[in-house]
Order: sequence, then structure tokens, then C-alpha cells
Amino acid sequence: MVRTAGLSGYEAEIRRIVEEAWRPLTDELSVSKLGSLQGLKRGSGGEPRPSILIAAHMDAIGMMVTRIREGFLHVTEIGGIDARVLPGQVVTVHGRETLSAVVVEPPSWLIPPADRSGSTSLENLLVDTGLTPEKVSDLVRPGDLVSFASEPLMLGKQLLAAHSLDNRASVAALTHALDLLQTRVHRWDVWAVATVQEEETLGGAMTSAYHLQPDLAIAVDVTHGKGPGSPSDKTYPLGDGPALGLGPNIHPGVYKAVKDAAERIEMKTQLEAMARHSGTDAYSLQITQAGIPTMVISIPLRYMHTPVEVVHLKDITRVGRLLAEFITGLAPDFMDGLSWDEEA
Amino acid sequence: MKNLIQRLVETTGPSGYEQDVRALVRGEIEKHADEIRVDAMGNLIARKGAATTKSATQGKRIMISAHMDEIGVIATHIDKNGFIRFTNLGGVYPRNCVGGRVRFLNGTSGVIGQEKAGAQEAKPLSEMYIDVGATGEKDCPVSIGDVAAFDRPFTDLGDRLVAKAMDDRIGVAVGIETLKGLKKTPHEVYFVFSVQEEVGLRGATTSAYGVDPDIGLAIDVTGSGDTPNGLRMEVGLGKGPAIKVRDGGMLSDPRVIEWMVAAAKKAKLPYQLEILEGGTTDARAIQLARAGVPVGCLSIPCRYVHTPSEMVDYNDVRNGVALLVELLSRPIDLG
Amino acid sequence: MANLKIGSTQIKLLENLCGTLGVSGHEVKVRKLILEELGDLGAEHTVDALGNLLVTRKGTRRGRRLRVMVAAHMDEVGLMVSGDDKDGIYKFEVVGGLSAAQLVGKPVVVGKELIPGVIGFKPIHLTTASERSSGVSLDSLRIDTGGAGNGKVKIGDRAAFAPYFAVLGSGRTRALRAKALDDRIGVASLIELVRNAPENIDLLAAFTTQEEIGVRGAQVAAHAFDPDLAVVLDCSPAHDLPHWDDDEENTRYNTRLGAGPALYVADKGTLSDPRLVRHFTATAGEAGVPFQFRQAGGGGTDASAIHKVRAGIPSISVSVPGRYLHTAASIVRVSDWQNTLRLVHAALSGMNPSLLNTERV
Repeated sequence: MVRTAGLSGYEAEIRRIVEEAWRPLTDELSVSKLGSLQGLKRGSGGEPRPSILIAAHMDAIGMMVTRIREGFLHVTEIGGIDARVLPGQVVTVHGRETLSAVVVEPPSWLIPPADRSGSTSLENLLVDTGLTPEKVSDLVRPGDLVSFASEPLMLGKQLLAAHSLDNRASVAALTHALDLLQTRVHRWDVWAVATVQEEETLGGAMTSAYHLQPDLAIAVDVTHGKGPGSPSDKTYPLGDGPALGLGPNIHPGVYKAVKDAAERIEMKTQLEAMARHSGTDAYSLQITQAGIPTMVISIPLRYMHTPVEVVHLKDITRVGRLLAEFITGLAPDFMDGLSWDEEA
Repeated sequence: MKNLIQRLVETTGPSGYEQDVRALVRGEIEKHADEIRVDAMGNLIARKGAATTKSATQGKRIMISAHMDEIGVIATHIDKNGFIRFTNLGGVYPRNCVGGRVRFLNGTSGVIGQEKAGAQEAKPLSEMYIDVGATGEKDCPVSIGDVAAFDRPFTDLGDRLVAKAMDDRIGVAVGIETLKGLKKTPHEVYFVFSVQEEVGLRGATTSAYGVDPDIGLAIDVTGSGDTPNGLRMEVGLGKGPAIKVRDGGMLSDPRVIEWMVAAAKKAKLPYQLEILEGGTTDARAIQLARAGVPVGCLSIPCRYVHTPSEMVDYNDVRNGVALLVELLSRPIDLG
Repeated sequence: MANLKIGSTQIKLLENLCGTLGVSGHEVKVRKLILEELGDLGAEHTVDALGNLLVTRKGTRRGRRLRVMVAAHMDEVGLMVSGDDKDGIYKFEVVGGLSAAQLVGKPVVVGKELIPGVIGFKPIHLTTASERSSGVSLDSLRIDTGGAGNGKVKIGDRAAFAPYFAVLGSGRTRALRAKALDDRIGVASLIELVRNAPENIDLLAAFTTQEEIGVRGAQVAAHAFDPDLAVVLDCSPAHDLPHWDDDEENTRYNTRLGAGPALYVADKGTLSDPRLVRHFTATAGEAGVPFQFRQAGGGGTDASAIHKVRAGIPSISVSVPGRYLHTAASIVRVSDWQNTLRLVHAALSGMNPSLLNTERV
């Protein structure tokens, strides 16, 4: 998955891969109006069955060609990119052909004087395919996508460094959960949704939830992992288990039920206090239609939104196991007992 | 069409107070639309083409949105000498205000001045005021809460047209002409002349929910990169209507982009591909309605956006109408 | 027409409401208090997925009745404990619009048990002149509970200013001081309206959550109620202090204390439906209730979400003016509160379906 593009708004390629993986694991697959992949695994309870929606966004950040000058490409961002991480990065340009290219920083005298101090902004960086201007104008046009091309890399035995682990790691975790559910009984219907456009508008989650109208929703995403360069109090250690969100964007009753599920399987989790919004699909899921109780489960990840994101592989499988345990533990009347009266 | 454009741009209709524009539009389309209604927010919604059920195989329900509102100002305080303090409705930049003329909905005209009149640079809006020639609160014909828009006449430069509120009366004009020019369509087309776009796409949000379309297209202005040391974009006046790929709030559905490009090629119409960094349109709101809508946007390249002298190319406008008519006249298979 | 009064009962209720800890996302205690207050009415009510308390009081007049949503938000701005520095000292994050400058040197209450704490500040003796002039950094502040917090305060607990309730002055210009008047005063008003629900409308009362962090609760409440129109009761800043220059007017007061309920024509989030603005101003005239227009411009209320729900809901906000909102000690006038309650009740009592018969103009 991390080798496949699939930038926000253009997720068709990654959807094909996820679709292949989910076909044997689900009863029905559909694609939403905006391109989200929706997989239904039916529960065993009597009708009408409550349903839970698990959202893991499949779109990734990247860039889009805005102009071409003398064969060099100007780009704009898709999703949030810190331009400082770009100079020297190997990228793929998705034009009429797939081209390998590199992001380059022009010498300062070729940049407008006002922009020369500090680091080079995105609008002044260029992408060089190495081809002649004539070839470039045949093969590339404004609107073409540019994605990171760094190769995935194992760091030691357990850590993986790659681009787009935000959020393909979560899609993997969700896939693992579906796999585990093949041999377990669950009363509730499960909608696994690989959402689109989380990095831009949270639009995929919102529109799928609108259509599917689940009783509960969980967003699986990544959170900031402890590591160099990041403050220690807003980050979570890699390999220590999933981070469970708590705050206004999370229904405390669902938080408690997920925590209970983790304790049942003796899984260590970390509490992630989210004082305001969660920065995930849960933000739009929670206020869809008449409101949906939501939860956020996150995989700690270092260097988010760079081509060298790092996760601990065990955290991915743990999230899968936690989801499976939570889902199998959902009683048909769970919603009747759910209230927002967290310890008054 | 120039006469229609002139009447539209010279009407006062800032966000939330579009009634005069609505009346004008209604007068133009009522003989040509199959059904017209106004919703709770004031959006004017006109249907052309038979009302289909969503399961109809050939016809799609298409929403075309052009916003009637323009940026403007609203009075916040009348001081003891009759000067009117104001704040903005939508993106009003201080540098475009000083010495500008405004017209209130009640017909009162005024001039925008700023404190420390001799200063070189523009002050923030909170240090400006409108002078309508009153001498105190009692003889001021404007009250707190009254709204105004910029006041400039339409100017015809031949191929180029200049006026305030080209954003988005030019889109409204394109919508009206398309509605009139659409002789036959297999689709159920809703032309939504929307409200309150400039303050956050509010009219499009609610009308998209109400119309519940299969496909959505906004018609709006976009910037252009063809002025001295200007915006860095490929789009330029006179190179054809622009098919939007992306802007600051929205990624057009690639299938819709393909549909629009194919139609332009088939009808041998000029077009350009547009990426706008910063700014967005009604299309974003339509895209996120209900269970989601594939959207795109037909853009009219425009210089000096959000100033009292916005400039478009008349041929881009007429080609925009032709492209829209072409798009709506034929069956659609987005694939 | 009912003559709703703000008397000692209402003031006591407001004191209890303001004294309750209900930071955005954790409004449970406020909700409980409201349910206790309205318990005897036996009104139909639910608590939804966001924690909104939705109360319905159907009218009794025959024929078609307007379904009117009236909203007041239960949440206040406050803090969430985000780290444990040991010794009962805690890091925190701000929830909602609350500036560091307002936090320093204040007593707070933390968590379920309302454990007292203080947000301390470096003593002046140990500061330099340049530090003193450069503002307060949020990251450097901590909540100090002495040892009392140990074992009791956890990450995720909420904290807010200590209550500080007081009645100031007497007679016509009597004022009330407390934290969280934004929007417990709206909540108190809505409770009175539910008790005295007019018979000509179906009153859909929404005690909403998470207004301060993005108007979240109101959006889903409006979707569920799907009303014909909405009236939002909030508390709006009064910046009616003197200009530094004696010869200059303060032209940006937003609202003024003593000038009555503030009707919104436009704020950052909503352009009020003009039909409702006219209805309220006409009602004020007939009922002899003073009122003011809130100055257009920044800020927002629950209306900013409500009016865009579904196919659009005509909305207006009406606020009690208050000084120093989002600080430890806000101030309102009892007369403004009284007049707001009277105006809203009169306006609701005068609503019938013809109100929305014309196009929005």
C-alpha cells in the first residue's frame, strides 16, 4: 500500500489494492459517491442489527503540478506539507507516463528577492524530471499529481519507515481486524470504510456516514510518536500500544468500552487527551446528521507528513486485535446503555 | 448578453441581502424554466428538464450553482457627526476601499474615508468610515445593520468587460443564458442562483441538501496569471473558460474534469485547466452534501477579483455558455 | 402575556449553574442540574450522541403550530489536564477561546471533586523588565493543587475558574458577577422559557454542547429537531469601556450594558433572517422592551451551525450583554437579563406560521 499513490481526491489506485484485500473478508463492497471504499461484514444478530463504522482514510498527501516553465514543474500541496522537508526528495510525476523526478531548490538569485531569507517556500521549489522541455510538455500538464517515491525501509526488526504510513498503517490495521473477524462471532454489522479526502476536507468520512447511518463510529488514524524534534508531552512511544483518544470529539461511553476491551485482552494502551478536535475523520463523523458517538484509536508515528514516517509494526497488529475484540464484545443492546454521563 | 451582464452587475446585492438580484434573475428566467422556487435561505432554484426519479437510467439530476451575492459592508455604528462605521461582508480588502464609493440598499450613496487621511498605506477597516454627507445621528439616512456594496458603473471595453461584482454576476449571467439556450436536455437540471457564498458558501450548502443532485457544477470567477508580476497561474483572459482541477477548498472529481474536457474538445471550444491556490466556490459545499456529490467548476478567468473593477473576457463568457449547453444537452456517463 | 420576572429564585439558579464545572465536551453536571430543575414538568426529553439535552414542549393551540427551536449552550471555556508534573502540579491545554493573560494568578477547580488549585505565576522579584513586557506564555503555566491532586486528578480531567459569584449594587442597575455567564445565563433563560412555554408554538429547547469549540452540539440538535425556525440565546461581549482619548468615541463596543437584549443582524457565522429581526424589533416596540442591535462583525453563536442544517433554518440570536466574557469574572445587568427574557417570551408568543410566508427579504 505505501508504494501506491492515491493522493486526496485521486484515490482510485489505492482503492483497487484495498478492494482486493477486502474482497475475501467482506460480504459486500461498494464505492461511495466520492470514492470511499465501503465494505460490509454482516453480524450474526437478528434484524434490525446495529452497525459500527470504522474509518481509516486511504488518501495520502502529495503535490499537484500548477505550471511548467522551461520543463521544470511548479507544484502546490495536496494535504499539509512542510516545504522544508522537500528539497532533494525523490518523487513520482503521474503524467501521461509515470516519471521519476526530484524536488529541487533553485539557487537564491533565481528566487524573488523578497523570498530569499529563511527556507524556500513551496511556490519557489521546482520538480525536475531530467527530461527536455519538449518531452515534458508532451507528458505533463497542470493538474498532474506528484507523489513521494522514497522506498519503504525496515529499521531494525520492528520499525518501518515509509511515506504514506499516514494513513495506510491504519488501513492495514483495519484489514487485520477484518481478517481476525473471519473466525469470530460478532452480533453487530461492521462497515469498514477506507475513506477519501481526509487530508483535505474530511469529506469521505462524512458522506459515507451520512449514507450508512451507523450507530457508532471509530476513526483509526496515526498520532505523533515520541522521537527527536517533537515535544515529549504531546507524543506517544512507539511499540507501547495504541493511543486511545479522550476529549470532546470522543464519546466517553465508547472510550470506556474500548478501554474495557483492551483490558480484556491485556493490551497496554496509552491515553491521548484531545482537548479540542481530534484532527481525524472522527471530527466530521461525530456531527453527521443527528450525531454519532465516536471514538479515535491511533497508531503512534514519528515524523508525520514527511517521506520517512516511522511506525512499530506491532502497533498496527495491536490496533487490529483491539478493533476485533471490541467488535466481538458489542452486545446487541449496547446503545441502550450508552450515555454521555461519564463519572459526574 | 452584455446588457444582461450590465443590469446584473449594477444591482446592489451583498451577502444576505440578494433580493434585488433575485428579482432580476427571476424576471429573466420565468418564461424559460419549468419550475421556480425560493428556499428558506433565499436561494432561487429553477428546474429545466423533466423531474426524474433517481433511478432513471439516462437522465441525471444536475445542480448548477452561481452565486447572486457580492462582497459588501454593513454599518456598525453612526457616530455623533454622522460618519458611519462598518465591517465587511465577505472578502473586502482595505486597499480597495479608500476613496471608494458604496451604495446602500436603501439607495443612499457614500464615500469611504480612513482615519489619518494623509497616511500612505491603507488602514484596517476598523479605522475607516463611510461619509454620506450627514452631520449627525439624527439626519443620517443609514442605520446600524444597513448594508451596502461597491458602486461602480459597468464599462464595455469591447472584448473585455469591467465592473464590480463580476464575482459572481458573470456566473449568474452564464447560468441565465444557459438556461435559456438549453433547448433539450435528457437531464433534470437545477439552476441554483445561490446566496451568501462570499461569507462561507452558505446558500450552496443548504440548496445542495435540498436539491440532492447526482452531479454538481459551480460557475464562478477564478484569478488569472496574465498581469504584470501577478498571480502565478497558467490561466489567462481570452484563452477560454477554465475547467477547475483544484482550488483552496476543493478537488474536482477527476471524472467530472474528464467529462468537461471531452465536451469542450467535441464542441471545438477553447478551454484551460485551472488550479487556484487560495479561494473556493459553491462546488465545495455541493461536494460534501448528504452522501457526497461528484463536482467540478466552470470558471470565468477574471482580473482584479474582489476589487470594484473586475475584468473578464466576453469571449470566455460566451464560450462558457456554449460549453455548459453542450454538457447539459447530452447523456452523461461519468464512468 | 406572561410577565416573566428575574427574582431571587432565578438568581439562585444562575448561581448554581455558574458554579457548575461544564467545560466543552464535559457538560454532564450542567445537564444534570437542568434535568433536576425541569423534572417536575414531565416534559419529553432525550440526551443525544453529543450530550445535547433536547426538551420538547408541544403547544396546545389548535391548528398548525410553528416548531421553534430555542438553543442555549451548556458549555464554558476552560482547561483540560494534559500532563502530570508530580507533586500535584499539572500541565493543561485550553479548551475554547481563553487567553493566557486571563489565567495567571487565578484560583481554579479541577475534576469530578472540584479540587481547588491555583495557576501560579513567577514572582515579580524574579522577573526581568523584558519578560514583564512580553506577555504570558501558555506553556509555562501549571495548575497547582498542592498535594490534594495526588491520586485524584488524572489526565483528561477538566478544570475551570473558581465560581466568584456575587450580586453587585442594588435596584435598577443591580449587576451579577460570575464566571461562565456565557452561556449559563442563556441556559437559565431557556429553563424559564420551558417552564412558561407559550401555547401557540411547539417549543423545541436545545441545551447544547461544545459551542465554544466549533458549534458542534447545535448542528446535530438542529438536524434532529428539524424546526421551522430557531432562536439562539447567548451572552454577547460588551466592550463599552471608555476610549483612552477623552475626545474620542468608543465606536466598537459591540453591545452595551443597560441597553437591553442585543439582537444580532450579522456576526461572523450568521446573517440573521431579516423576517425574524423585524418580528423581534416589532415585538419589542409593542411590549415596551428596550433593545439594542449587536454590532455586526466577528464572533458567532449556535446559530452559525443551525441555520445551515438540512435545507436551511431561518435563525436569529438574542443575547444578554456581558462584560469580560471568557474570564474569571464576567458582569451582566439583571435588567438586561429580565428584558431579554421578556422580549424572547413575547416574540415566541407572537409567532404564527404566517411569519415565514414571505420570501426571505
